[in-house]
Amino acid sequence: MCLGIPGKVVEINDEGPLRMARVDFGGVRKEACLAYVPEVVLGDYVIVHVGFAISQLDEDEALKTLEILRAIDAQGVAMELGSMGEDAAPPTSAEAPA
Amino acid sequence: MKFVDEYRNAELARKLVDEIHRITTRPWALMEVCGGQTHTLVKQGIDEALPKGVRMIHGPGCPVCVTPLEQIDKALAIAARPDVIFTSYGDMLRVPGSTTDLLSLKARGADVRIVYSPLDAVRIAAANPDRQVVFFAIGFETTAPANAMAVAQADRLGLDNFTVLVSHVLVPPAMTAILESPACQVQAFLAAGHVCAVMGWTEYEPIAERYHVPIVVTGFEPLDLLEGILMAIRQLEEGRAVVENQYARAVKREGNHKAQEAVFRVFDVGERTWRGIGTIPASGYHLRPEFAKFDAEARFDVGDIHTQEHPACIAGQILQGTKTPLDCTAYGVLCSPQKPLGAPMVSAEGTCSAFHAAGRGLAAPTAFPLYDLARPLGEARG
Amino acid sequence: MTARSDLRAGAPDPAGSGAPDPADSALPNPANLVCPAPIPERARVLLGHGSGGQLSAALMREVIGPALAAGSGAAGSGAAGSGAADSAEAGPLNDAAVVEVAGQRLAFTTDSFVVSPLEFPGGDIGELAVNGTVNDLAMMGAQPLALSLAYVIEEGLPIDELRKVTESVARAAGRAGVRIVTGDTKVVGRGAADGLFVNTAGIGLVAPGVVVGADRATVGDAIILSGPIGLHGIAVMSIREGLDFEVEIASDTQPLNVLVATIVAACPDVHVLRDPTRGGLASALNEIAAASGVGIELREERIPIPGPVHAACEMLGLDPLHVANEGKLVAFVPAASADAVLAAMRAVPEGAEAVGIGRVVADHPAMVTMRTIVGSQRIVDMLVGEQLPRIC
Repeated sequence: MCLGIPGKVVEINDEGPLRMARVDFGGVRKEACLAYVPEVVLGDYVIVHVGFAISQLDEDEALKTLEILRAIDAQGVAMELGSMGEDAAPPTSAEAPA
Repeated sequence: MKFVDEYRNAELARKLVDEIHRITTRPWALMEVCGGQTHTLVKQGIDEALPKGVRMIHGPGCPVCVTPLEQIDKALAIAARPDVIFTSYGDMLRVPGSTTDLLSLKARGADVRIVYSPLDAVRIAAANPDRQVVFFAIGFETTAPANAMAVAQADRLGLDNFTVLVSHVLVPPAMTAILESPACQVQAFLAAGHVCAVMGWTEYEPIAERYHVPIVVTGFEPLDLLEGILMAIRQLEEGRAVVENQYARAVKREGNHKAQEAVFRVFDVGERTWRGIGTIPASGYHLRPEFAKFDAEARFDVGDIHTQEHPACIAGQILQGTKTPLDCTAYGVLCSPQKPLGAPMVSAEGTCSAFHAAGRGLAAPTAFPLYDLARPLGEARG
Repeated sequence: MTARSDLRAGAPDPAGSGAPDPADSALPNPANLVCPAPIPERARVLLGHGSGGQLSAALMREVIGPALAAGSGAAGSGAAGSGAADSAEAGPLNDAAVVEVAGQRLAFTTDSFVVSPLEFPGGDIGELAVNGTVNDLAMMGAQPLALSLAYVIEEGLPIDELRKVTESVARAAGRAGVRIVTGDTKVVGRGAADGLFVNTAGIGLVAPGVVVGADRATVGDAIILSGPIGLHGIAVMSIREGLDFEVEIASDTQPLNVLVATIVAACPDVHVLRDPTRGGLASALNEIAAASGVGIELREERIPIPGPVHAACEMLGLDPLHVANEGKLVAFVPAASADAVLAAMRAVPEGAEAVGIGRVVADHPAMVTMRTIVGSQRIVDMLVGEQLPRIC
């Protein structure tokens, strides 16, 4: 559990009894309920699960996590992208990374 | 996709794998209690990339898998009624009950509809006042706020044709039950990130302390899982046992108070039977008495339910992590995603289904004769 | 439609003591098991049987194939398809049949289109029907010549919709360079067809020396995909009731006969061509691997998945490899020709984003594996039944 994906709030609708939003997930837009994230405003990112935003995504923390990962000591990283478990045949240009 | 793709970076993934290898000096057994995490671990082959001595035990993190057989049979009995529109999340449709499943009922003409959000079920009820609309409210704590809102909305709208069949389960009691079991080999946990986004992680602090197990709140992308595993192993190697948060971008210690309030307005905590495991006290949500009129179990007389699990299915041991699908004699032979014997093979994130989809332990390409349960593997190909 | 009286209202029978479904009487008796197993719906056709995955394959293998073979055997020479691939045992499951007629090889195919709603982002059932049949012919390396068009119309369908679909058919046929030469129209009562069912059959000519088939994949072949996957399936799913989301994408339905002609020109010895429709790329590759008795190895990072497809799949819990496509193909070509084929494909619009995604290997015959971003290998299986969205 549980399928929750991050999306950007692109439209907010306060007219009904529940605060609803249009959320953009990388090109897919779907309605979600903002009742549980009242502090969220247009442009914020939220995690949506079964049509409800359950948490606001903290962009600073998101970047911090990535920085920490990038900073992991690269010593011992001998493997280049594409060489793990490679078979003997060299790739043809059809397979070369774009 | 922003905030998704970055956490799938192959280069960083391999760096993390290397770092895990670098710091691990002893064998360790970790458990994740989240089907979504199980799915990623197996699908990406993360568990196979870990050091040989590090074992990922897949816990009962799939709410579909642990929904008691009795609740499934009740759902089937209700869905079979001609006056009912039965609504459910897609996951539940193929879960086998004692004799059939929702998808088969649908094939026979029952009005079974998949909904993406519980609010859709409420909309269906409002649009069909002359029919009974029942919503199968399953899930862990993550889904409870949504399910609670459906009940609250139905109440506000004064709908008298909407009920929910509740089967919510809670993670901390399951963790405790596993830790209490004499066969327990788990030394650290990855806690389910979205469960904690709702509930926070305060409930896990006493568990970490009492049983001296590190607990790391972890996300769902490959980098999240690898980082969570790294953090857990670091604690194990250093002899620490506290709750840490890997999924900092979505989880805070206190969780989401608004969501928690909504949940406790509609539900209270009670005992629940976990399919394959047994009854665990204070491990589920039930509707509060003031919302009893929305309880499908009260509205529909489902009669006597006699449950019958398949004898070859070892779901219980799979869910507790004491066996893997590879230990199961039915796995890949009698039991497959096409003809599942138990829930962990049906749900996309059940351990058995995850293993099967990744081809683990399947020596030959699997061929599934439609009608013959007993024909040996491989014979059916034309 | 099954009558509601079939359903047991109220309490179900205690397990195992209910009256058996008459349709089950010809099937093996599971009572040898100690306790009754949860019985899968074996006696009725499920939606999943039409999804293009394992259930569809099983239906062909277990029911339709044997029934056709038994029928043609009993009737002697009367059966259709004298000698050519007319039974499941005789040949692999190809998109079209190739029959010898007066020294020429004629490709012949049929397909039915039951998409609902009739119109979706990027096209409609008419366009889908023409392109689908043109492509089935093209996948045998044939140049499409003529199509038949049959309608089964639900009573009550607005005439304007019928006209619109038919105009779409005409436009698509013109674009593909084929003629609609014959047809049929039937009307059925309300509820008996989902608005409109379309069946098309098509014939085409296969040039001498071109032998394309699902069983021709050879160890060492390069596998080339003509472009990004998942567009059609997600476009249609986005307007499906209950899901309702907006995407910036449209169905990729298009005729592929021009693309195929360029591939054949660059490499007359092309081994396999397949357009991965229902069941997605994974199902098509599995079928080919099984038919040829070879293994396939893919690289996850090479497979092009458009952002919105990826996002929609994340949202619904679907695997993009199982999502339907309508204007894409995979080509299996000898490794030595891979570069030439790729260049030829990229020179036409339908193949502009062509990319190599893997190769054919001798290991794990009939199995498709993929190297994940973490570096591990995992097996890519066929779709099991219907693709269902999930929350977990």
